[in-house]
Amino acid sequence: MEKNNALLKLRHIHQIYTSGSRKFTAVQDVNLTVYEGEFIALLGPSGCGKSTLLRIITGLQKPSEGKVLYRDQPLEGVNPHASIVFQTFALFPWLTVLENVELALKARGVPANIRTPRALDLIDRVGLDGFESAYPRELSGGMRQKVGFARAMAVEPELLCLDEPFSALDVLSAESLRNELMELWTTGKIPTKAILMVSHNIEETVFMADRIVVMDKEPGRILSELTITLPHPRQKKSDEFQMLIDQVYSMLAGQTQPEIVELGSAPGEPGITRSLPKVTITDLAGFLENLSEMPQNRADIYRLSEELNVDSGHILSLTEAAELLGFATIAKGDITLTSLGETFAEASILARKEIFATRIRRLPLVRWLLSLLSSSDRKALPTGVILTALELEFHKEEAERQLETLINWGRYAEILSYNDDQEILYLEAAPELVPQAA
Amino acid sequence: MGVFRYLLPPQKRLERTFTLGDVIVLLLLASLLYAGVRLAVKAPEVITGPHISLSTSALPWYTLLSLGRMFAAYFLSLGFTLVYGRAAAYNRRAEMVLMPLLDVLQSVPILSFLPVVLLSLSAFLPQRLAAELASIVLIFTSQAWNMTFGWYQSLTTIPNELREASAIFRLNAWLRFKRLELPFGMISLVWNSIMSFAGGWFFLMAAEIFTVGNRDFRLAGLGAYLQEAANQGNTQAILWGVFTLILTIVALDQFLWRPLLAWSDRFKLEMVESDQPPSSWFYDLLHKSRLYGWMQKSLLTPLTERFDQWMLHISTSASTSIEKENKISPGIVLFYGLILITVSYGSYRALVMLASISLNQWLEIGLGVGATLLRVVISLLIALCWTLPLGVMVGTKPDLARFIQPLIQVAASIPATAIFPILLMFLIHLSGGLNVAAILLMLMGTQWYLLFNIIAGASAIPQDLKYTTALLQLSAKERWRTLILPALFPYLITGAITASGGAWNASIVAEYVHFGGQTISAIGIGALISHATAIGDYHLLLAATLSMILTVVLLNRLLWRRLYRIAEEKYRME
Repeated sequence: MEKNNALLKLRHIHQIYTSGSRKFTAVQDVNLTVYEGEFIALLGPSGCGKSTLLRIITGLQKPSEGKVLYRDQPLEGVNPHASIVFQTFALFPWLTVLENVELALKARGVPANIRTPRALDLIDRVGLDGFESAYPRELSGGMRQKVGFARAMAVEPELLCLDEPFSALDVLSAESLRNELMELWTTGKIPTKAILMVSHNIEETVFMADRIVVMDKEPGRILSELTITLPHPRQKKSDEFQMLIDQVYSMLAGQTQPEIVELGSAPGEPGITRSLPKVTITDLAGFLENLSEMPQNRADIYRLSEELNVDSGHILSLTEAAELLGFATIAKGDITLTSLGETFAEASILARKEIFATRIRRLPLVRWLLSLLSSSDRKALPTGVILTALELEFHKEEAERQLETLINWGRYAEILSYNDDQEILYLEAAPELVPQAA
Repeated sequence: MGVFRYLLPPQKRLERTFTLGDVIVLLLLASLLYAGVRLAVKAPEVITGPHISLSTSALPWYTLLSLGRMFAAYFLSLGFTLVYGRAAAYNRRAEMVLMPLLDVLQSVPILSFLPVVLLSLSAFLPQRLAAELASIVLIFTSQAWNMTFGWYQSLTTIPNELREASAIFRLNAWLRFKRLELPFGMISLVWNSIMSFAGGWFFLMAAEIFTVGNRDFRLAGLGAYLQEAANQGNTQAILWGVFTLILTIVALDQFLWRPLLAWSDRFKLEMVESDQPPSSWFYDLLHKSRLYGWMQKSLLTPLTERFDQWMLHISTSASTSIEKENKISPGIVLFYGLILITVSYGSYRALVMLASISLNQWLEIGLGVGATLLRVVISLLIALCWTLPLGVMVGTKPDLARFIQPLIQVAASIPATAIFPILLMFLIHLSGGLNVAAILLMLMGTQWYLLFNIIAGASAIPQDLKYTTALLQLSAKERWRTLILPALFPYLITGAITASGGAWNASIVAEYVHFGGQTISAIGIGALISHATAIGDYHLLLAATLSMILTVVLLNRLLWRRLYRIAEEKYRME
């Protein structure tokens, strides 16, 4: 495919949210060019700003800074040459399949005698023939998304944007829909000039995209790019394919850094406060137990996702948590259990709690919270106060997530107790503030 | 038990108990009342009411008159709702003013405005026209707020991805309204319309029978017919009147609201089929008829298509941003400025007028508020005594519910104000006079809200919890304490809020009655307002009306809202 004509250019895009006097960078200095004939994927963990970027590209949102050029013209308002397939389908529940597809055409003033045949043709092409008069609620998830595709393609966009279009579907529907889209795309049956897909599923991006743009969070930014030249249809079991997946995993999971870097700093101190991955203890314990049964307590991260049947985003959160707590180390896309992690996996319920408690006391964020609580009058604080303090470091939703994880972990470790009625967080009796060596 | 969902007030969005906005709104109301009272001075001293015929052949005409007032007010409310709700939802600055305003208006006892509105309108309009307009304004003020609140809430809760889809597929303002906003808000709009319309009857009847001293503000209609019949002790006419009223309400339900409900079910957002969608035989009949199919195909579809295309021509998808507007236009500044000046001047003049009220009169007002409050509380307690056991019984036994519910619904559909005159025939001879009878009259306006909410609450108790209490072999007392009362708490509070609002309103017509050629009154703020209207003491009218409004708004904020929040947070079953 020719790679000469640039369709879309992003130049120094920043997206900054302000909350009170604080500023949070959701997207930092993104530069990207999308060429005609290209299938490009934005890949990254949740919170890396990939969906924000998609909204900026389509003109639904204005960036705080930077330029969006479409065919070298600055973009004003919603891009008329782009359309979106949404993660949650975004179909109008009160319109039939046909009416949903037709609506996009009607809004552009296409008269009924042209728009109905065209809509029917597209419905036919995505394989929904016979369901024109059905309402979305009568359809399965996979079929609903087909309507989403038909609607997006009906307006014959030059740039087709996909916002995690397969993540709300069951495994089988997602698989077949991916294949069908690739067939339409590679055989040139749709007049689309380029496709841009946002995803957190590594395998899916390697399967579909010509170029993967890997993003990272805190702040959201582009980490690196990877061009994939494997011909379509790609063989998932082939060595090249597996190697590519491994490569992407190692980019995303990173390497275990020296502890001081890994743990970050407490809120209010200089340096970046490391956020806690949103992981429940049950999941983490199950994950570590599984690892301890692997040969040499080691596993390829991407294989784990397959074996445990957990999506790649969640696996990455779990590895991050295990790494943060010192239960595992990560290098080159492999995760290895530390001896501490091994002990934890084999320990009794009470022993686990003890190990866990000593480990989380090392985290600057937890230490900060404990000293905040113990310096308060009754060793207790309303969550609102803690939330306000956390909002100095994180944006609002992230602060809430962090607090939730802190409460969850702290309760398990029996160092915190929490009264949901009054929304007050307490220090559990007889706290030992000095961390013990494990 | 979806039927009762509409009795729950919309989720309160405004959390703080009392804000500066509330004060401004109250001052605005005071200014308006002041203006009304100033006008009232010119109102004629003697107003002769219409002649009400008790012949049954007059009934159809009276019914049409009453219905005409109801629909005029309803369409006014609907128009107001669509415009006001939209302005509040899409403009952040407008929202900051419009929502607190709505919130106060919702809790104000509307009926207390009736005398001022009637007097001020009849000062410069022909008598009949003034009374007609006053009734429509009154019904409008009782209908509009909850519809507007519902519509506003729908607009602000439209899922983001649907908004984004509308933007990316370039729907213009008209298509967005027709395909996104209206369908999304339709179910709430229909439910709130039903509720508003039912509430409207109460105020229509009150307006139709309103008479003070030498001023007969009555309007020819069903309400006046019933009152005249009771006045003359004509049992046959009373029966005919009640029968016609019930027939009208049931017919509206069967031929208008139920079909609308059944139709609006298609606008559910849920992606699953519901097991018991609302149904209507009339809707099914219409839907299946050939005529309807033909009209749809060869008339409606081409016409709407033509209209849509035309709208596309005059407004292309200009609005590109899906974010809220935040600009200040000079017009808005001017508007707020004018309001500010009006409010300051009006409340200053109102204050001057209030200063002329003597201490004795203030004492009288205080005593009146206290007496009415006592009546409201007693009527709530009496209502609770019989609705709690019955409601729980009906709510927990589906077999019984199927049998009793239609009866309750018909009984509840009769507006309390319509049967006031009839009840008076019996209550007037009660010892204690109107002081006691007024409580029973208020009860008529309160009990149904409680009953419906209790039934709804009782039927929402999860089956597994009922099994658990049975397995634990809890005694009846324990079962009420640990399961039934906590589970009912949010519903009780909701019911009590609506019921007490109804009771305050009812006090205007219940504490001061014109019966059999003589005027009978009780001690209370409602009676004081009516009395001031009758003797033409406009300063007292202003003071009494404002005191009642302030009392009710304060009670709402300081008591009910707190209880509501506790109910929401602690006892809501999820």
